[in-house]
Amino acid sequence: MKALKMVVCIKPVPSPDQYHHVSIDPKTKSLIREGIPTIINPLDKNALEAALQIRDKYGGEVSVISMAPPAAEENLREALAMGADRAFLISDRAFAGSDTLATSMVLASAVKKIGPADLILTGNESADGGTSQVSAQLGEWLGYPHLMHSCGIEVLDGGDSLRVETHRDQARVVYIMKMPGVVSVIRSINKPRFTSLMGVISSRNKPLDTLSSLDLLLDKAFLGLEGSPTKPGDIYQPDLTRRCVPLEGSTDDVALALIQKLRAAGLQL
Amino acid sequence: MDFSFSKDQEQLRKAVREFVEAEVAPFAAKWDEEDICPVDVFKKMGQLGFAGVFVPMEYGGAGLGYTERAIVLEEIARHSAGLAMFLMTHHLGVAAILHFGSEDQKKKYLPDLASGQKIGALAVTEPTGGSDLSGHQSTGEQVEGYWVLNGRKCFASNSHVAQVTVVTVKTGTDQKGRPALSAFIIESDNPGLTSGRKENKLGLRVSTMGDLVINNCKVGEDSILGGEGKGQRVALGIISEVGRAGMSAISLGILRGCLEEMVKFAKERKLYGKPISALQAIQFSIAETRIDYEAARLLTYNALTLKDTNQRCDVDLAMAKYFSTEAVIRAAKRNIENMGGYGVINDYSAGRFMRDGLAGLPSAGASNIMKVIVAAATLA
Repeated sequence: MKALKMVVCIKPVPSPDQYHHVSIDPKTKSLIREGIPTIINPLDKNALEAALQIRDKYGGEVSVISMAPPAAEENLREALAMGADRAFLISDRAFAGSDTLATSMVLASAVKKIGPADLILTGNESADGGTSQVSAQLGEWLGYPHLMHSCGIEVLDGGDSLRVETHRDQARVVYIMKMPGVVSVIRSINKPRFTSLMGVISSRNKPLDTLSSLDLLLDKAFLGLEGSPTKPGDIYQPDLTRRCVPLEGSTDDVALALIQKLRAAGLQL
Repeated sequence: MDFSFSKDQEQLRKAVREFVEAEVAPFAAKWDEEDICPVDVFKKMGQLGFAGVFVPMEYGGAGLGYTERAIVLEEIARHSAGLAMFLMTHHLGVAAILHFGSEDQKKKYLPDLASGQKIGALAVTEPTGGSDLSGHQSTGEQVEGYWVLNGRKCFASNSHVAQVTVVTVKTGTDQKGRPALSAFIIESDNPGLTSGRKENKLGLRVSTMGDLVINNCKVGEDSILGGEGKGQRVALGIISEVGRAGMSAISLGILRGCLEEMVKFAKERKLYGKPISALQAIQFSIAETRIDYEAARLLTYNALTLKDTNQRCDVDLAMAKYFSTEAVIRAAKRNIENMGGYGVINDYSAGRFMRDGLAGLPSAGASNIMKVIVAAATLA
């Protein structure tokens, strides 16, 4: 069996217990993340676990990369402590405000830079943006086949292809994908391992390098907020104020009024 | 003076917290109510290195120190002080072998104990008293090349789950005619060591505690720990440092639990049209609990820094243990009072925090004994 070189893309997202501190920039409509503690995007942990399981079974190497501010070094250390072999922080002020196209371009450049990869894994979507676009875009930038919603991965043909089971609403669809390729995973694919104390200790000595836009030879015109073709339109919090509206009349009158109000609110009855 | 934790220690804390929030917090109340000792969870903790935090890597441990051990215990105790107690008392057996064992004993026992494949224990207290070791009634005598032990231990933590237990028995008298104790390692498959009555505890219920019956327990010369007549040194050395450090760390977890629950309740509960966090009486109780937690934290981790740098720390640990265990009672009472009627409903953790705090008071030495130790050092 060929030892696979795998790259896992991880994204730091705001820690759920800090959501009440997250605010939105009224001008750029993007999240203000500075100073908010982060966690590894939960589905990216599932992606990392999938890579680690393949490596543990067949051998190979797992690298993690993250396009993020410098504070993401902590998240990468966590990934190393989970068992990844090496980590790369892709960080540059020029990346700030990048949409998914710019982000996936940077990640693709990083994958090409750090060496040939047989398999690139990502979470299906992030807990903050939730666009589900990066993995497919990454595949396109790299010219690799790409699959989403994976709930099962099996290595075949001595490491040349994968059997990828994907989840649909009413069914599962199985693909045979020749590598190199990109796969994004969903939660049901596995349960990520907990980090051991020994993992924390060993992570200290694992390589963690930083790459900037200069290292990746990227044109700044295609980076960051200015280089992103999509811009957020508006982000607002819906009115969740509770109102108590008494309905009066006979039982039949009240029932009819209730149905009308529920239909007006959008329920199909 | 830098009182902050290192990046590695913060990363370690985060790793432990993640495990605890997933595998411990959802079950803590049920374990307490049904007095369940989750041995399966202990095994998982062993795989993650918790069972052998301070055991050198050459013996299969994580090779860290007692500060890291305290971080592990604090995080577990935040949600289940009983489970933390289970792990803590396992550590007592591990530490006894690590610090007093021969190389052969370390190689024989530590790998399985450090990995969590076996559970350890240290059984010292007898019906004649825990603080007074000279009152030991259990005996050991040499018979045809073996030691034959007889006696009974009470209030032995991990009594019904341990596979490797260190016990102390009287094996003679010293030059001044006082009882001389020796420590022995006994494995659970020895027919001479059986579990007796299991106690139905007020608190720390997840941690099993009960009697151990030692009845013509035959062990080899290679079972003696630290040498003949060194049992008191083993017992006091381990209890005074590893035991008290553990109780301090567990108390920190309970204190943090009280504080977090008080803050959460104060922000959510509305009276007079606004959250009770707006009321000064509630604010004062939260401030007092926060101060108790921070003071206990400083005392505990300062003492452990001394221990990890091989400096004398018995008095510092006595102070930390006294302060932190007593602080838990104050904080738990405030928590119950702030919650009003909800504070005495078992659906909430407030009552469990109080019960666990009360059960922690006599563990590893009562508060008055801690004061005797501190006074003696201060007056010397």
